[in-house]
Amino acid sequence: MNNFRLSVPPVAKRGELIAIRLIIQHPMETGFRLDASGRAYTKNVINGILCRYNGAEVMRMELSSGIAANPYLEFFTAATASGEIVIDWSDDAGEKGQARATIAVN
Amino acid sequence: MTRRSTENKATSPRRVFLKGAAALALASAGMHGASAQMQFQPQRFEADITPLLNALSNGKPIVPGRVQMEIPLLVENGQAVAFRVFVPDAAPGSVKSLHVFAPRNPRANIANVFFGSASGKPELITRVRLGGTQTLIAVAAFSDGSFASASAPVEVTSSACLDLSAE
Repeated sequence: MNNFRLSVPPVAKRGELIAIRLIIQHPMETGFRLDASGRAYTKNVINGILCRYNGAEVMRMELSSGIAANPYLEFFTAATASGEIVIDWSDDAGEKGQARATIAVN
Repeated sequence: MTRRSTENKATSPRRVFLKGAAALALASAGMHGASAQMQFQPQRFEADITPLLNALSNGKPIVPGRVQMEIPLLVENGQAVAFRVFVPDAAPGSVKSLHVFAPRNPRANIANVFFGSASGKPELITRVRLGGTQTLIAVAAFSDGSFASASAPVEVTSSACLDLSAE
Protein backbone atom coordinates (compact mmCIF):
# COMPACT_ATOMS: atom_id res chain seq x y z
CA MET A 1 0.00 0.00 0.00
CA ASN A 2 2.89 2.35 0.50
CA ASN A 3 4.34 2.02 -2.93
CA PHE A 4 3.16 5.08 -4.79
CA ARG A 5 4.40 8.05 -6.73
CA LEU A 6 3.04 11.53 -6.32
CA SER A 7 3.99 14.24 -8.74
CA VAL A 8 3.37 17.88 -7.84
CA PRO A 9 5.41 20.77 -9.24
CA PRO A 10 7.78 21.86 -6.43
CA VAL A 11 7.48 25.54 -7.39
CA ALA A 12 4.52 27.37 -8.90
CA LYS A 13 3.37 30.92 -9.57
CA ARG A 14 0.46 32.24 -7.54
CA GLY A 15 -2.83 31.44 -9.24
CA GLU A 16 -1.24 28.94 -11.60
CA LEU A 17 -3.22 25.79 -12.40
CA ILE A 18 -1.16 22.78 -11.38
CA ALA A 19 -1.63 19.08 -12.07
CA ILE A 20 -1.48 16.59 -9.21
CA ARG A 21 -0.58 13.16 -10.50
CA LEU A 22 -0.68 10.05 -8.37
CA ILE A 23 -0.09 6.41 -9.12
CA ILE A 24 -0.52 3.76 -6.42
CA GLN A 25 0.65 0.18 -6.67
CA HIS A 26 -2.48 -1.88 -5.98
CA PRO A 27 -3.97 -4.98 -7.69
CA MET A 28 -7.56 -3.53 -7.67
CA GLU A 29 -8.81 -7.12 -7.39
CA THR A 30 -12.31 -7.27 -8.89
CA GLY A 31 -13.57 -10.37 -7.10
CA PHE A 32 -14.48 -11.90 -10.47
CA ARG A 33 -11.16 -13.63 -11.08
CA LEU A 34 -10.71 -17.28 -10.18
CA ASP A 35 -7.55 -18.92 -8.98
CA ALA A 36 -6.29 -22.28 -10.33
CA SER A 37 -8.61 -24.24 -8.02
CA GLY A 38 -11.70 -22.29 -9.07
CA ARG A 39 -12.09 -20.12 -5.99
CA ALA A 40 -12.71 -16.43 -6.52
CA TYR A 41 -10.08 -14.00 -5.31
CA THR A 42 -11.54 -11.71 -2.65
CA LYS A 43 -12.54 -8.31 -4.00
CA ASN A 44 -10.07 -5.69 -2.86
CA VAL A 45 -10.02 -2.29 -4.50
CA ILE A 46 -9.00 1.15 -3.35
CA ASN A 47 -12.46 2.55 -2.65
CA GLY A 48 -11.78 6.11 -1.61
CA ILE A 49 -9.26 8.88 -2.11
CA LEU A 50 -9.22 12.32 -0.53
CA CYS A 51 -6.85 15.08 -1.59
CA ARG A 52 -6.32 18.22 0.51
CA TYR A 53 -4.23 21.30 -0.16
CA ASN A 54 -3.34 23.13 3.07
CA GLY A 55 -6.40 21.50 4.64
CA ALA A 56 -8.86 22.53 1.91
CA GLU A 57 -10.42 19.72 -0.09
CA VAL A 58 -9.22 19.49 -3.69
CA MET A 59 -11.22 16.42 -4.57
CA ARG A 60 -12.71 13.29 -3.13
CA MET A 61 -13.21 10.21 -5.24
CA GLU A 62 -15.08 6.92 -4.98
CA LEU A 63 -13.37 4.21 -6.98
CA SER A 64 -14.61 0.77 -7.99
CA SER A 65 -13.29 -2.31 -9.72
CA GLY A 66 -13.79 -0.34 -12.95
CA ILE A 67 -10.54 1.52 -12.29
CA ALA A 68 -7.48 -0.25 -13.69
CA ALA A 69 -4.94 -1.98 -11.48
CA ASN A 70 -2.27 0.38 -10.12
CA PRO A 71 -4.67 3.31 -10.30
CA TYR A 72 -3.37 6.44 -11.96
CA LEU A 73 -5.14 9.69 -11.16
CA GLU A 74 -4.54 13.18 -12.44
CA PHE A 75 -6.48 16.24 -11.30
CA PHE A 76 -5.96 19.96 -10.82
CA THR A 77 -5.70 22.64 -8.22
CA ALA A 78 -4.81 26.33 -8.31
CA ALA A 79 -1.58 27.28 -6.53
CA THR A 80 -2.77 29.69 -3.85
CA ALA A 81 -0.17 29.47 -1.08
CA SER A 82 2.98 27.58 -0.20
CA GLY A 83 2.18 24.49 1.76
CA GLU A 84 1.45 20.83 1.59
CA ILE A 85 -0.71 18.59 -0.56
CA VAL A 86 -1.85 15.48 1.29
CA ILE A 87 -3.65 12.54 -0.29
CA ASP A 88 -5.22 9.77 1.79
CA TRP A 89 -6.69 6.55 0.51
CA SER A 90 -7.97 3.21 1.78
CA ASP A 91 -8.92 -0.13 0.29
CA ASP A 92 -11.54 -2.82 0.95
CA ALA A 93 -9.10 -4.71 3.19
CA GLY A 94 -8.92 -1.65 5.44
CA GLU A 95 -5.38 -0.75 4.52
CA LYS A 96 -4.66 2.93 4.36
CA GLY A 97 -2.05 4.96 2.54
CA GLN A 98 -0.95 8.54 2.43
CA ALA A 99 1.09 10.62 0.01
CA ARG A 100 2.45 14.10 0.76
CA ALA A 101 4.16 16.75 -1.30
CA THR A 102 5.22 20.28 -0.55
CA ILE A 103 4.80 23.17 -2.94
CA ALA A 104 6.37 26.62 -2.90
CA VAL A 105 4.23 29.39 -4.35
CA ASN A 106 5.71 32.75 -5.26
CA MET B 1 -32.57 -39.53 -63.57
CA THR B 2 -29.25 -40.44 -61.99
CA ARG B 3 -28.91 -42.64 -58.97
CA ARG B 4 -27.53 -39.80 -56.82
CA SER B 5 -30.59 -37.60 -57.10
CA THR B 6 -33.04 -40.35 -56.18
CA GLU B 7 -31.19 -41.56 -53.10
CA ASN B 8 -32.94 -40.79 -49.83
CA LYS B 9 -30.24 -38.77 -48.06
CA ALA B 10 -31.72 -38.68 -44.59
CA THR B 11 -32.00 -42.43 -44.20
CA SER B 12 -28.65 -43.49 -45.66
CA PRO B 13 -27.01 -45.42 -42.76
CA ARG B 14 -23.70 -43.58 -43.14
CA ARG B 15 -25.40 -40.18 -43.05
CA VAL B 16 -27.46 -41.11 -40.01
CA PHE B 17 -24.30 -42.13 -38.20
CA LEU B 18 -22.49 -38.90 -39.11
CA LYS B 19 -25.41 -36.73 -38.02
CA GLY B 20 -25.62 -38.51 -34.70
CA ALA B 21 -21.91 -38.16 -34.06
CA ALA B 22 -22.00 -34.46 -34.86
CA ALA B 23 -24.95 -33.85 -32.53
CA LEU B 24 -23.18 -35.73 -29.74
CA ALA B 25 -19.99 -33.71 -30.19
CA LEU B 26 -21.94 -30.44 -30.14
CA ALA B 27 -23.86 -31.42 -27.02
CA SER B 28 -20.76 -32.38 -25.07
CA ALA B 29 -18.92 -29.22 -26.15
CA GLY B 30 -21.86 -27.13 -24.98
CA MET B 31 -21.99 -28.86 -21.60
CA HIS B 32 -18.29 -28.38 -21.07
CA GLY B 33 -18.53 -24.69 -21.87
CA ALA B 34 -21.47 -24.22 -19.53
CA SER B 35 -19.78 -25.82 -16.53
CA ALA B 36 -16.57 -23.85 -17.00
CA GLN B 37 -18.34 -20.50 -17.18
CA MET B 38 -21.18 -21.18 -14.76
CA GLN B 39 -20.19 -18.62 -12.16
CA PHE B 40 -18.41 -15.69 -13.73
CA GLN B 41 -19.86 -15.09 -17.13
CA PRO B 42 -19.16 -11.66 -18.58
CA GLN B 43 -22.20 -9.53 -19.12
CA ARG B 44 -23.22 -10.02 -22.72
CA PHE B 45 -25.25 -6.86 -22.95
CA GLU B 46 -25.12 -3.36 -21.58
CA ALA B 47 -27.12 -3.15 -18.39
CA ASP B 48 -29.90 -0.57 -18.16
CA ILE B 49 -28.35 2.17 -16.00
CA THR B 50 -31.47 4.38 -15.95
CA PRO B 51 -32.16 3.55 -12.26
CA LEU B 52 -28.60 4.56 -11.36
CA LEU B 53 -28.94 7.84 -13.26
CA ASN B 54 -32.32 8.57 -11.68
CA ALA B 55 -30.91 7.92 -8.21
CA LEU B 56 -28.04 10.26 -8.98
CA SER B 57 -30.11 13.16 -10.29
CA ASN B 58 -33.06 12.47 -7.98
CA GLY B 59 -35.33 12.27 -11.01
CA LYS B 60 -34.21 15.60 -12.46
CA PRO B 61 -33.52 15.66 -16.20
CA ILE B 62 -29.96 14.96 -17.34
CA VAL B 63 -29.29 17.04 -20.44
CA PRO B 64 -26.67 15.90 -22.97
CA GLY B 65 -23.83 18.40 -23.38
CA ARG B 66 -21.45 20.58 -21.31
CA VAL B 67 -19.44 17.58 -20.03
CA GLN B 68 -16.94 15.79 -22.25
CA MET B 69 -15.04 12.53 -22.30
CA GLU B 70 -11.90 11.43 -24.06
CA ILE B 71 -11.34 7.73 -24.64
CA PRO B 72 -9.90 5.79 -27.59
CA LEU B 73 -12.50 4.55 -30.11
CA LEU B 74 -10.86 1.14 -30.31
CA VAL B 75 -8.74 -0.54 -27.65
CA GLU B 76 -6.86 -3.81 -27.79
CA ASN B 77 -7.88 -4.88 -24.31
CA GLY B 78 -10.03 -3.48 -21.55
CA GLN B 79 -7.58 -3.84 -18.66
CA ALA B 80 -6.30 -0.27 -18.63
CA VAL B 81 -7.85 2.26 -20.97
CA ALA B 82 -6.71 5.89 -20.88
CA PHE B 83 -9.69 8.00 -19.92
CA ARG B 84 -10.39 11.69 -19.35
CA VAL B 85 -13.59 13.35 -18.22
CA PHE B 86 -13.95 17.12 -17.86
CA VAL B 87 -16.24 20.12 -18.09
CA PRO B 88 -14.65 22.63 -20.45
CA ASP B 89 -14.72 26.34 -19.55
CA ALA B 90 -16.48 25.74 -16.26
CA ALA B 91 -16.80 28.66 -13.85
CA PRO B 92 -14.87 28.01 -10.61
CA GLY B 93 -16.97 25.99 -8.19
CA SER B 94 -19.78 25.44 -10.70
CA VAL B 95 -19.28 21.68 -10.94
CA LYS B 96 -19.97 19.64 -7.83
CA SER B 97 -19.14 16.19 -9.11
CA LEU B 98 -18.50 13.93 -12.08
CA HIS B 99 -19.83 10.39 -12.34
CA VAL B 100 -18.74 7.72 -14.80
CA PHE B 101 -20.80 4.71 -15.86
CA ALA B 102 -19.75 1.68 -17.90
CA PRO B 103 -23.05 -0.14 -18.58
CA ARG B 104 -21.44 -3.40 -19.60
CA ASN B 105 -19.19 -3.67 -16.56
CA PRO B 106 -20.42 -5.90 -13.72
CA ARG B 107 -20.34 -2.77 -11.53
CA ALA B 108 -21.56 -0.05 -13.83
CA ASN B 109 -20.77 2.98 -11.68
CA ILE B 110 -17.01 2.95 -12.05
CA ALA B 111 -16.05 6.30 -10.50
CA ASN B 112 -17.48 9.32 -8.71
CA VAL B 113 -15.38 12.46 -8.24
CA PHE B 114 -16.43 15.27 -5.91
CA PHE B 115 -14.65 18.59 -6.27
CA GLY B 116 -13.83 20.62 -3.18
CA SER B 117 -13.12 24.30 -2.57
CA ALA B 118 -9.47 23.93 -3.62
CA SER B 119 -10.23 22.27 -6.95
CA GLY B 120 -8.54 23.92 -9.91
CA LYS B 121 -10.85 22.67 -12.62
CA PRO B 122 -13.42 19.89 -12.94
CA GLU B 123 -11.36 17.25 -14.63
CA LEU B 124 -10.11 13.75 -13.96
CA ILE B 125 -7.65 11.69 -15.95
CA THR B 126 -7.31 8.02 -15.08
CA ARG B 127 -7.26 4.54 -16.55
CA VAL B 128 -10.39 2.41 -16.56
CA ARG B 129 -11.27 -1.26 -16.91
CA LEU B 130 -13.88 -2.12 -19.51
CA GLY B 131 -15.86 -5.36 -19.67
CA GLY B 132 -16.42 -5.17 -23.42
CA THR B 133 -17.53 -2.96 -26.28
CA GLN B 134 -19.93 -0.39 -24.90
CA THR B 135 -20.92 3.25 -24.65
CA LEU B 136 -19.61 5.02 -21.56
CA ILE B 137 -21.79 7.63 -19.87
CA ALA B 138 -20.45 10.55 -17.84
CA VAL B 139 -22.71 12.75 -15.75
CA ALA B 140 -21.76 16.13 -14.30
CA ALA B 141 -23.66 17.53 -11.33
CA PHE B 142 -23.61 21.32 -11.22
CA SER B 143 -23.89 23.47 -8.11
CA ASP B 144 -27.05 25.11 -9.51
CA GLY B 145 -28.76 21.71 -9.30
CA SER B 146 -28.65 20.87 -12.99
CA PHE B 147 -27.17 17.77 -14.60
CA ALA B 148 -25.38 17.19 -17.89
CA SER B 149 -24.21 14.02 -19.56
CA ALA B 150 -21.89 12.80 -22.27
CA SER B 151 -21.57 9.44 -23.97
CA ALA B 152 -18.57 7.89 -25.66
CA PRO B 153 -18.59 4.63 -27.62
CA VAL B 154 -15.56 2.40 -27.21
CA GLU B 155 -14.84 -0.87 -28.95
CA VAL B 156 -12.94 -3.40 -26.86
CA THR B 157 -11.32 -6.30 -28.68
CA SER B 158 -10.61 -8.29 -25.51
CA SER B 159 -12.40 -7.28 -22.35
CA ALA B 160 -11.33 -7.08 -18.71
CA CYS B 161 -13.46 -8.54 -15.88
CA LEU B 162 -13.18 -12.03 -17.36
CA ASP B 163 -11.64 -14.97 -15.66
CA LEU B 164 -8.97 -16.32 -17.96
CA SER B 165 -8.18 -19.33 -15.81
CA ALA B 166 -11.67 -20.75 -16.47
CA GLU B 167 -11.08 -21.05 -20.18
